[in-house]
Amino acid sequence: MGPLAQPPPHSGSQPFEERTPTARLEMTGISVAFGGVAALSDVSLAVEPGQVHGLIGPNGAGKTTLFNVACGLVRPNAGRITWRDQELRRLKPSQLSKLGISRTLQGVGLFAGLTVLENVMVGAHRHAKAGFFSALLALPTADKDDRLLRERATQALVELGAEGYAGRYPGSLPYPVQKRVALARALVADPELLLLDEPASGLAEDEMHELGELIRALSSRMSVLLVEHHMDLVMKVCDRITVLDSGKQIAAGTPAEVQADPAVTEAYLGDDVDVEADAAELAATDGGRAND
Amino acid sequence: MSESKTPAPAAGPGRTTEELIEEAPFTATAAANVPSAQAAGGRSFLPKSTLLRHLLIVLLSAVGAVILLEVTDPFTNSQLASLTYYAIAAGGLTVLTGLNGQISLGHGALMAVGAYTTALFLQTERGEDPLPLPLILLVSVLTATVVGALVGVAAARLHGPYLAGATLALAVGLPGLAVYFQGTFGGDQGLRVRAPQPPDVFTNFIDLVSGASATGTKWLAYLGTICLLITYFLLANLMRSRIGRTWRAVRDQEVAAELAGINLGTWRVLAFVVSAAAAGLAGGVMALVVRLAAPTNFTLVLSLALLTAIVLGGLGSLLGALLGSALLVFLPPFVTDLGADLGLDSTEAAQIAPLVYGVVLIVAMIFAPAGFVGTLRLRWMTARAKRATAGRAADRG
Repeated sequence: MGPLAQPPPHSGSQPFEERTPTARLEMTGISVAFGGVAALSDVSLAVEPGQVHGLIGPNGAGKTTLFNVACGLVRPNAGRITWRDQELRRLKPSQLSKLGISRTLQGVGLFAGLTVLENVMVGAHRHAKAGFFSALLALPTADKDDRLLRERATQALVELGAEGYAGRYPGSLPYPVQKRVALARALVADPELLLLDEPASGLAEDEMHELGELIRALSSRMSVLLVEHHMDLVMKVCDRITVLDSGKQIAAGTPAEVQADPAVTEAYLGDDVDVEADAAELAATDGGRAND
Repeated sequence: MSESKTPAPAAGPGRTTEELIEEAPFTATAAANVPSAQAAGGRSFLPKSTLLRHLLIVLLSAVGAVILLEVTDPFTNSQLASLTYYAIAAGGLTVLTGLNGQISLGHGALMAVGAYTTALFLQTERGEDPLPLPLILLVSVLTATVVGALVGVAAARLHGPYLAGATLALAVGLPGLAVYFQGTFGGDQGLRVRAPQPPDVFTNFIDLVSGASATGTKWLAYLGTICLLITYFLLANLMRSRIGRTWRAVRDQEVAAELAGINLGTWRVLAFVVSAAAAGLAGGVMALVVRLAAPTNFTLVLSLALLTAIVLGGLGSLLGALLGSALLVFLPPFVTDLGADLGLDSTEAAQIAPLVYGVVLIVAMIFAPAGFVGTLRLRWMTARAKRATAGRAADRG
């Protein structure tokens, strides 16, 4: 598609309206080098509308770097990103939300000085309409706008079962609750693509199970790109998986295909096996049995 | 919705007693921040509309200010006039530093911009009337806003000590301009400011309220108070709105704020501009109250005094800024008087004031790092959490 192609009209006025996801993210030939070290070389992946796409690989494989490229935190040395059939050039992180892309951070990254409800309201930033001067004069429009944001944020908290913590500050909440709040903050923007960076880290078994069901449910209204170490979760929720190792793509396909790929096993069992890779490999075989 | 409205935290699924005790925010810097209006809820005795609520507070404060100014002697009146310009500048600075996390050592220089603008516009040929005072003050605000925007654009790219350094350069350098351009700004001597006569409305008003004589000093105290109330009304509106929330988000977590669609640079510059506008007005009022705009009034000490005032009061709180400024104005004379009463000679008594101020600062940083307002709010929140815990234990009982 040429640069004249129009993006599909975006409808985001109603909170969480049901819609069939149509937007597609495509990253082609992405290469990133930090100094002389190649973090990513010629990696390509496409997240199809309404699909959950997993991104896995041993530590240092370049998963987070690819994520950062997708949201403009790292500018690639080569390659192109296409979203809704338009190439994203010179992408800045602050433009993401307007483009309909949300991302969670590896740590929870909540605003420590804001209540849980306020945290989520900040996530709904792109839906705010009242400007500086109506806020300065405290015009009723500013109040009304803020009330709408608050309703939207409350709805997102209800969806994730965290509404009971609305008035609390993040620092006083247990880690799994903080993760749920962070997810609510990403969802409240009503994105078409959700980038999840290790959403299951620090979660207990049953919480991870809940998370898996939630991600599957989300795929009815958005695409999801997921970086995760817990192989059983990845194998359970993903439609497609891309495997990275040392900055290169070594495998891609459905969970079953990826598991059967000898290159993947080799990458995880490579020469210097560290504890985490070992655990991940074990988890992978567990997940495999469950799936078969 | 109903749960978020109740002041005491409602019992949610899976919450334990230990969680409820740790109700307070962790960071001392954010302790004095109130949540934005719509996210707070639950204040049934005040109007729900932000506008009405803030107007009501302004009205009550205005009544309080009139009573205070009428029962105190002329000397205290002039001290209160000084308090108003300190408090206006500190209010702006607490928005910048407390809410947006940007440090500025250059607010004294921004006050100088406002002060010189006011002084220049009040200098007229004999027999010629200067522009109306509100207009002159507005021009002072606009001039400081423009300077603040320029500084803000540079500041938005800097952090922590680098930002402090850059604004420090402003504080040291800008008053030097007044010396360099002697012809316009009067050099070291500065510009004398002839304060305008009180209007008839004011004389009638004072006559009606207390029957006291409507002196020039009194008029300046009232003028400063009016400016203070307007400034705090506007700043409070911003703090309680989405704007204040966004500023705090940028302060707390840059990456997450950016991912939420917030352009960090724009919002940082906006905070600087708002705070510079307040400093400009403060400078204008200061020029009127001290009847002089001279480089010696705007040394680095002024910028540092403003910063200590907002830290002592509680970062990000207008009430804190006001209390901190009051300490700045009233503590030194109080200590000096005390010293004189204890038999020190006048030089010794004057010297003891900075010492006591320093001790107060150190004691506050040790025992109340969140400032007056922040510490009180932390206490209140902890007490509330404990009550809620006790209540839940009794329910289970």
